[in-house]
Amino acid sequence: MHMPKKRITCLGMIICLIFIFPSLCGAQKSIILATTTSTQDSGLLDVLIPIFEKKTGYFVKTIAVGSGQAMAMGQKGEGDVLLVHSPAAEKKFIAGGYGVNRRIVMHNDFIVVGPAEDPAKIKGMKVATEAFKKIASAGTLFLSRGDNSGTHSKEKAIWKASGMNPEKGKWYQQAGLGMGQTLNVTSEKKGYTLADRGTYLALRKNLHLDILTEGDALLLNIYHVMEVNPSKWPKVNAAGAKSFADFMVSKEAQEVIKTFGVDKFGSPLFFPDAGKKEEDLGK
Amino acid sequence: MLEGRNLKIKRGGSIILDVPSLSVQSGEILSLIGPNGAGKTTLLQALACLIKPSQGELFFKEKIVSSNHVLFQYRRKLTMVFQEPLLFDTTVFENVSSGLKIRGLKRTEIEKRVDENLERFGIPHLVHRSARKISGGEAQRVALARAFAPQPELLFLDEPLASLDPPTRESLIEDLERVLRQTGTTTIFATHDRMEALRLSDRIAVMNRGRILQIGPPPEVMNQPLDEFVASFVGVDTILTGRVSKKDKGSFLASVMGHEVEAVGEVELGETVVFCIRPENVTLSPPFPKRATSARNVFTGKIKKVIPMGLFYKVQLDCGFPLVAYVTSHALEDLELKEGKEIFASFKATSIHMVRKKLSG
Amino acid sequence: MDLILEGILKAFYLLVTFDPEVMKITLLSLQISGTATFISLIMGISIGTIVALAEFPGRRLVVSLINTGMGLPPVVVGLFVTIFLWRNGPLGFLGVLYTPTAMIIAQAIIATPIVMGISLAAIQALPKNLRLQILALGATRLQMVWILVKEARLPLLAGVMAGFGGVISEVGASIMVGGNIKGYSRVLTTATVMETSRGNFDIAIALGIILLLLAYFINLILTTIQQRERPK
Repeated sequence: MHMPKKRITCLGMIICLIFIFPSLCGAQKSIILATTTSTQDSGLLDVLIPIFEKKTGYFVKTIAVGSGQAMAMGQKGEGDVLLVHSPAAEKKFIAGGYGVNRRIVMHNDFIVVGPAEDPAKIKGMKVATEAFKKIASAGTLFLSRGDNSGTHSKEKAIWKASGMNPEKGKWYQQAGLGMGQTLNVTSEKKGYTLADRGTYLALRKNLHLDILTEGDALLLNIYHVMEVNPSKWPKVNAAGAKSFADFMVSKEAQEVIKTFGVDKFGSPLFFPDAGKKEEDLGK
Repeated sequence: MLEGRNLKIKRGGSIILDVPSLSVQSGEILSLIGPNGAGKTTLLQALACLIKPSQGELFFKEKIVSSNHVLFQYRRKLTMVFQEPLLFDTTVFENVSSGLKIRGLKRTEIEKRVDENLERFGIPHLVHRSARKISGGEAQRVALARAFAPQPELLFLDEPLASLDPPTRESLIEDLERVLRQTGTTTIFATHDRMEALRLSDRIAVMNRGRILQIGPPPEVMNQPLDEFVASFVGVDTILTGRVSKKDKGSFLASVMGHEVEAVGEVELGETVVFCIRPENVTLSPPFPKRATSARNVFTGKIKKVIPMGLFYKVQLDCGFPLVAYVTSHALEDLELKEGKEIFASFKATSIHMVRKKLSG
Repeated sequence: MDLILEGILKAFYLLVTFDPEVMKITLLSLQISGTATFISLIMGISIGTIVALAEFPGRRLVVSLINTGMGLPPVVVGLFVTIFLWRNGPLGFLGVLYTPTAMIIAQAIIATPIVMGISLAAIQALPKNLRLQILALGATRLQMVWILVKEARLPLLAGVMAGFGGVISEVGASIMVGGNIKGYSRVLTTATVMETSRGNFDIAIALGIILLLLAYFINLILTTIQQRERPK
């Protein structure tokens, strides 16, 4: 029994060494991309990133968290480039000197979804704030992301614009989950929620939720790419960040964005907007 | 060979071992007897350097055992067996060879010594058996084989037979005695069985509360206890050593301090034997003619002391050799037994418990 | 119910066709958790044995720390490891955040107290005089420790299995320090979370089943070794 045991020990040690080294090597050519769970869940990055990696040889580490956390990472210099969709917070980010080169990439929209029975009777409404007011007065269950994500920020903006303060109501629940899971919980509990179209479409087959309100300009979900300010955080991979950001607004990437999701869902999940001005967007 | 000076061990504020001086000769078998908690195990472990004394020094072959290196060298020259076999969870072979493997002996030498020692203790057939699948007696034999395999200069035994049942104990003590005599290993062992101590040892040390109360050859300690405690511990049997002078028809005569004592047993001429005579078996009487009773051993003696023992009396006699008898108070009165009186003492040859003592010299 | 059935079928399909992504994820799970368990084995058994045998002031405190460590919440470990490995953190210069190495570190931190605690108990459970008996056979301190470890090999193996079980199924710390990056630091547990959040329940269930099978087979091997040695 002695010989085999010694062999196993040696083998074990070699395996360990195999592990530690490669990771230390890859440090130079890697970029940390901080983005949101909904962006990752849409699957778009799974298509775009391999193209970018092949083209430039960079290794992209996609860290998908909530918008809030993504920007916190940028603020601390723990990420190199951000792809987020929370315009108000983004503007603060740039103003604070944490990021540079904020460029528009694409947009999709948010929709208000709910059970087919629609107890709050918001189906077909065109104004988001009105729909929200009706939900509040009907006191029907509404689930919020509650996680400072882009979706959550948009939702809070709509509540504010509608003049309502939902936090006091028992019908208002904060899930603290990602978009996909929030949709699942909403579906299970037959409530209402605000979701981005992309995630909804991706999960639709398993949900018992219908699109009840859409099309309001307020419901636009706009994605920007920002590079973390290298003068604030010298350790940032500035070259890599710029390369990625440039790629996201390049013709090649924008083409991919345009056609992404069509074969699967019948309509694209995102609309490419590189070069446009934020104010010009709208349906 | 081994000498301890001023050995003291303190634990929790009290002194649990206090031995000002102890020396063990090469080839000697020393036994430590005493009640539980007397300090036998502590002394053994201190002498084996398994525990560090709070005070005192140990000398092995005149050299002090102190620095780590010297201590380690010393430890390699000894082995110890405990009350539980403490075998390893592997085969008997692996167990017996463990002391040898530790010392880095070659494979062929290991195999030779393992076979040799398994033979010595009568268990060669167990060599490949798992140590968990053998009986208690067999396990203790393996432990002994394991201790003898490295050919130690010093052997420490801590009540090795205590947890065995009487027949197993008897069988093992015979084998142990034989091996000890064969190898001449200097041995120190602790026991609370007086007979075991008597049978195996050249000297007995009686311990209590961490101190050695008396140390000397068995007859001396057992017949001439220095104090009440020793006396009560060693018991009241008369212990006599004699040499076989004649043998005939199953019984024999042994010369004890110039007197001939008859006993029964299988012996060789010239052999040394040890007799144990229980005081209940000694009868006192006024003089009577020779061969008037079936008791083969009749001696005249002077009463040295009469000690009341509650329900009866203990009478200590000098018949040329010490002898102790128990009598009732009626007998005491009827025979007018008192100190200084001359009396006949008799005991039967068949009542003597005999131990054959094969001395190495 | 059909969802679970779909999941089981999907699991079979993925396994039988050796789906490359699933194979990669499974292999990575094994490598990362295996390495972490190996590290925890060495550190856990050695420290556990030392604490079991040594006498020193504050020993009781150390023992209770170890026992508390056995129940350390993995996400808390993940959080602290992340903070240390951040670029601007004390160990940021290593540049190992969001790599398998970071996952190995976090998992090793989770598994080591488990192996340590069980080793401690296993060595302490050995007969009190065994240590003295080994010394009385002429062993050096190192030899003695080695023999004691061999004597306690059955419960120690159980400790290793517990450590492995703890990390192969761990997800919180693994996502935090690994980043769940496709083909790089994505393992069975983190992939399951992601597929669930995407709504791909069939894949999620399939991955879950594969994880269960993996854990079962590893433990089967270890258990066979352990029980083969068991005294009957």
